[in-house]
Amino acid sequence: MQTKNLIAAGFADPVFQSQAAFRTVLAALSEPGTVQTVSAAILPPDGLCAATATTLLTLADYETPIFLPQQLRDGPAGAWLRFHCGVAILDTPAGAAFAVIDGASAAPPLAAFDPGHDQFPDRSATVLVQCAALTGGESMTLSGPGIAGSRSIAPQGLRPGFWAEVAANAELYPLGVDLILSCGDALIGLPRTTQIEETA
Amino acid sequence: MNAHQTLPADDAKPAYNYAYLDEQTKRMIRRALLKAVAVPGYQVPFGSREMPLARGWGTGGIQVTAAIIGPDDTLKVIDQGADDTTNAVSIRRFFERTADARTTEATEEATIIQTRHRIPEAPLKAGQIMVYQVPTPEPLRRLEPREAETRKMHAWAEYGLMQVKLYENIARFGEVTTTYDYPVMVNGRYVMAPSPIPKFDNPKMHMSPALQLFGAGREKRIYALPPHTSVKSLDFDDHPFRVQSWNEPCGLCGATDSYLDEVITDDKGGRMFVCSDSHHCETRREAGHRGAMLADASALHLVEEVKP
Amino acid sequence: MYVAVKGGEAAILATHDLVAEARRGNEAVPELTVAQIREQQGLACARVMNEGSLYDLDLAALALKQAQGDAIEAAFLMRAYRTTLPRFGSSEPIDTAQMAIRRRISATYKDLPGGQVLGPTYDYTHRLFDFALMDEADGSAGEARPAATALDAAMPRVPDILGAEGLMEAETPPQGDPRPFDLTREPVSFPADRDVRLQAMARGDEGFLLGLGYSVQRGYGGNHPFVGEIRVGEVCVEFVPEELGFSVDLGEITLTECQMVNQFQGSKDVAPQFTRGYGLSFGHSERKAMSMSLVDRALKCREFGEAANYPAQLDEFVLYHSDNVEAAGFVEHLKLPHYVDFQGELELIRRITREREQRLAREQGTLPEAAE
Repeated sequence: MQTKNLIAAGFADPVFQSQAAFRTVLAALSEPGTVQTVSAAILPPDGLCAATATTLLTLADYETPIFLPQQLRDGPAGAWLRFHCGVAILDTPAGAAFAVIDGASAAPPLAAFDPGHDQFPDRSATVLVQCAALTGGESMTLSGPGIAGSRSIAPQGLRPGFWAEVAANAELYPLGVDLILSCGDALIGLPRTTQIEETA
Repeated sequence: MNAHQTLPADDAKPAYNYAYLDEQTKRMIRRALLKAVAVPGYQVPFGSREMPLARGWGTGGIQVTAAIIGPDDTLKVIDQGADDTTNAVSIRRFFERTADARTTEATEEATIIQTRHRIPEAPLKAGQIMVYQVPTPEPLRRLEPREAETRKMHAWAEYGLMQVKLYENIARFGEVTTTYDYPVMVNGRYVMAPSPIPKFDNPKMHMSPALQLFGAGREKRIYALPPHTSVKSLDFDDHPFRVQSWNEPCGLCGATDSYLDEVITDDKGGRMFVCSDSHHCETRREAGHRGAMLADASALHLVEEVKP
Repeated sequence: MYVAVKGGEAAILATHDLVAEARRGNEAVPELTVAQIREQQGLACARVMNEGSLYDLDLAALALKQAQGDAIEAAFLMRAYRTTLPRFGSSEPIDTAQMAIRRRISATYKDLPGGQVLGPTYDYTHRLFDFALMDEADGSAGEARPAATALDAAMPRVPDILGAEGLMEAETPPQGDPRPFDLTREPVSFPADRDVRLQAMARGDEGFLLGLGYSVQRGYGGNHPFVGEIRVGEVCVEFVPEELGFSVDLGEITLTECQMVNQFQGSKDVAPQFTRGYGLSFGHSERKAMSMSLVDRALKCREFGEAANYPAQLDEFVLYHSDNVEAAGFVEHLKLPHYVDFQGELELIRRITREREQRLAREQGTLPEAAE
């Protein structure tokens, strides 16, 4: 059990757990729309699902500022990330390499995050969108690199207009943010290359 | 002052990290890989580390493999298509020593295939990862040596210079005379160097079910092709892209559809052609395919006859 | 059944044995010790420390021993080891004004506070063999000389003297005095700032920088340099541990610093003043520091609004090609098998030749008819 004042543990075996988690995230972004599962047995802090916490533990460090909404920033999630990753936590989206947002929350919009610039499109944010569920919602059809033909996803608990934001982000290609939808120990990658439309 | 490091004792195994790289370096490379996957064909700059193998000898591919490999992986390393070329042996030994890697020569058993200059003949499968060693990641470098300029050309998708160069080739020789590292257009956006694979292998990249990662250590760039990504070799309507073909089959296994290496057999013009992909050739011979020069090859010590 | 003959692994292992044998040479001759190299090949060690980017005399000596004296191979060993070392932090900036001087010369003033200190230099040796060194007899360090008089405590740096007069370009840190860039950890982009350029040159190949510096002097670059000062000696390295909050003396290192004074015409907005070329290197390594300071000044052309027409003025050219470990790797990788690509070229050239011969034969076949 997690007590309020203690920072929960991170990876017990950082080398191999982060390697396995990285391959999961790599598979997710290489094959957009597939539901991938993280297996690292960590107890995430309040406010982060296991998939989000594992992804950040694997990828974030002092070189990658993270944006968190205020509630997470001031709670155990902020303390946990600062302790385990040594990251700077930002209160504004600009300049964030990673961000965690609540899919149902109205703000901040995806457009607030760094889309990179034309000579360095890699300098864009990766936004982790925590969802209510990754299945059972409105069905969306994906196409683009990493997808043979098309693929459907149906996450739940996303704010109205979210898919229009995702489509607008894809319009910026080769600029744009890359998204990871997460819930529990599962995640779906949606890089900027993915074209998205409502399933007919 | 006493700033000297304690030298490791002779009997002490140096405390190197798993897969050599430290965790912070792996994180940095992993982040670069994810952005590379998100922008297919775009060269992501990364903080390439000094490696214990020489620059130009695969340090980019080695760093990529080191950042992705884990205990569940099976690694195949090839150079010129073959598992037993000296640098392939050296790199395979590196991962056996530093990452306790399980290795294989069988293309279909490998989860990670690190390569220099070839794509295996056996079709790649979903779930496999190709890691290419790249000497010159910038396809425009021979046309424009300045990085500050080529970066702008990619930013603005200004590839006219490349088209002009290819067309000048055609005007002079009647065809594009680039035979390896033949430039490709990725996902309709970035012109990319496929690394010095023969253009014979270019079509294998297009819509491949495998993930393809490229590491250039000396030039400090990483790029990627996600599975099922459009990879089109640059050409013209009136001069479509063509790959190499040979007039004769492999002398050892009789294959007619593989990339062949030429082996000089004497100083009187004698030569034979054999599959560059050594595993492909062996697999075919095991299945009973026999080339016309198999017996002669035994005399040349290219192969050995195993008596039951 | 036939299997492929695989000799790669055995052949590689055999090369390891052969190189060990070659390194040792004739076993009737005593083996060199690392201490002997450290003490008696100090200039070679300095070069290896510079190009290996690691100040450690013992390791530099070991690298030279293991590499049979090949400076680039030795630097490569140092770099491959250095990259695995954990980082505890960055030291405080060193202060060369506080250097314990062994050698200090200025070409711009006949005399100056602290005086000219020649110190150990080959400059005025006649390059005549000292055949006495052929003997292995106990080599004492030459005749005893009367003890030198103590040096002045104050040795102001020459550019500081010019600076006090307002004639020298001031060295001001960039806005906010950020931590210097580390090109061993982050990829470089262009145009490169001065911290990146100086770091690249400090670990760059001495021969390459020497050639570039020379090219500037000969006219491939517009600078007219004077050696304001070269100083060699020991400098303290201080470090502030996070938990202590005050600086701790880590010891001292030997450094060579060269500051070149260059003309500058001035511009509409700036009064004419001298400009600086700066070189700093580990150990006693004057040629390296001087070359570096020539090229540093040449690379400042952008800041001064000068044309950048020559190799020494192009930051991309200098930075990408001065690293000898990278350059050696890529040049030497041509030894690796390339027969797949070469086969592609062979196939092409044979086909073009064949098609050309066929075309010529056709043309010759038709020509006589045309003549009839």
